[in-house]
Amino acid sequence: MSIHAKFQIKKGTFTLNADLNIPAKAITSIFGKSGSGKTTLLRAIAGLDFHKNGYIRIGETVWQDKNIFVPPHKRAIGYVFQEPGLFRHLSVIKNIEYGQKRSSNSKNSMSPGYIIDLLNIKHLLDRQPQYLSGGEQQRVAIARALAYNPDLLLMDEPLSSLDENLKLEILPYIQSLHTELKIPIIYVSHSTDEVARIADHIVILEEGIVKASGLIGEILTSLDFNISRDENAESLVEAIVMDHDNKFSLTYLDSEFGKFTVGQKNLPIGTKVRLRIAARDVSITLAAQTGTSILNIFPAQISKIAPVGRSQVMVKLVSNKASILARVTRKSANILDLAPNKKVYVQVKSVALLA
Amino acid sequence: MILNEYDISALIITLKLALSTTFILLVLGTPLSWWLSKTKFRLKFLIDAVIALPLVLPPTVLGFYLLIAFGPDGFIGILLDTLGIKPIAFTFTGLIAGSVIYSLPFVVQPLQDAFKSVGKQQIEVAATLGASPIDRFFTVIIPLARHGFFTAAVLGFAHTIGEFGVVLMIGGNIPGETQVLSIAIYDHVESLEYINAHWLSGILLCISFIMLISIYAVNRKFRIVQS
Repeated sequence: MSIHAKFQIKKGTFTLNADLNIPAKAITSIFGKSGSGKTTLLRAIAGLDFHKNGYIRIGETVWQDKNIFVPPHKRAIGYVFQEPGLFRHLSVIKNIEYGQKRSSNSKNSMSPGYIIDLLNIKHLLDRQPQYLSGGEQQRVAIARALAYNPDLLLMDEPLSSLDENLKLEILPYIQSLHTELKIPIIYVSHSTDEVARIADHIVILEEGIVKASGLIGEILTSLDFNISRDENAESLVEAIVMDHDNKFSLTYLDSEFGKFTVGQKNLPIGTKVRLRIAARDVSITLAAQTGTSILNIFPAQISKIAPVGRSQVMVKLVSNKASILARVTRKSANILDLAPNKKVYVQVKSVALLA
Repeated sequence: MILNEYDISALIITLKLALSTTFILLVLGTPLSWWLSKTKFRLKFLIDAVIALPLVLPPTVLGFYLLIAFGPDGFIGILLDTLGIKPIAFTFTGLIAGSVIYSLPFVVQPLQDAFKSVGKQQIEVAATLGASPIDRFFTVIIPLARHGFFTAAVLGFAHTIGEFGVVLMIGGNIPGETQVLSIAIYDHVESLEYINAHWLSGILLCISFIMLISIYAVNRKFRIVQS
């Protein structure tokens, strides 16, 4: 199963030229700066705007080709807009029922009760939208889109209208969609932070052109794109909770790279988590260090080196199938004689755990 | 009660006229206002100007042209004649036709503003939740524009009750048939029957005031003249 979308859209001087093939599962993030055409593409996928010569297919269902244009109200999509857009004349529960009543989809069926629990909005059901906080409104909007039982959930920067605190309040709910939902999600965002937390697949859009499309862990560390050569470049490593060390309050995790040690997290053993490692927090040594306070040290092989500005380089390190970026000075790279295929040790100073 | 038989019939004719006119205006005005609120038609300004004409034109001028058009030699008169319909000048039907044109801007403007205020997003949200265009109109647009409908109905009604020049020209002031309250008041004053004039004026004043109170109570930001 896959989703295939092909659009060529001209808007004044701007042209969007996208030909996407993305998996019909998990979360795909369309990532790019504002003005890169993300929302235009998402609206075209939803059928909210009609563009000639477009093509969109999800699984076996064609929504648009030369002779077909299925209007948005006949597509099994859920759409979460930047602004929550709750119906002002309806209570929260009536908002949720609006789509549920009109759903003709028997697949992926999730009960409204389950959705309401998932987004934790039970206490809001009888309220009118204007008395809800921005974060609550957006949670209701997500619930409303899910209650329609879509085959595909489209989210257009659902957090961008919220302040930082509210973003942190909602992100866990979106992360939970990831594990709880069986349907694919296309999530438009310009925030690396959001993408790192929730995306499995990433499509990088720059000025209307698809620069990259692939698994997030691979794209972030590929060194072929700006995102992996940025000041804030980072790597993602999938890991599993192995053990807890109550004496030192630590949690041990297993990954392709090896055994990570992080501050104790209240997660059951076996939980899948995502580790996020900033390139600036990774250093390289030629031999395994012993007299060091750093616990996360792994053998790895250099696969690629790319310059970052004038004084620094980004080094891509591989172990098994996982990769980590390290940002070091050009001088250090020179002294250590770093080069592709060289075997080294990486020291990871700090790891953020995204659960 | 001081009111005579003709005063009573003038009151009934006025209310009948205002109710029919309001009903027709809402039926015609809804699609027209919806189209005007969405269209990117280049000559929309011309249509706006035509609809707004009754706001600035002396009612007698409008009534005069309508009388000519509705008469047996007028283009509407000839058109109706070929359809086998009698000329409508000096009839109640003629009054309704004139009132609909005269009060059109009072219905179209509030409806247009209300439709604009619904916003594109609410409609798109409904579309993504499986609502067809007609479904969206009845379940999202009309409920969200309800204040506009209320204002339009009340203004259309009140403005029709208050008209004078147009109905005098087209209706011809036939007691019991086309004589409305405002003209009956004028006749009473001409004949120095101030007590009757007081009663009828008082009734009109009360109706109008109650209607405006209800508009402002429902829609606190309401302005008769839109900026």
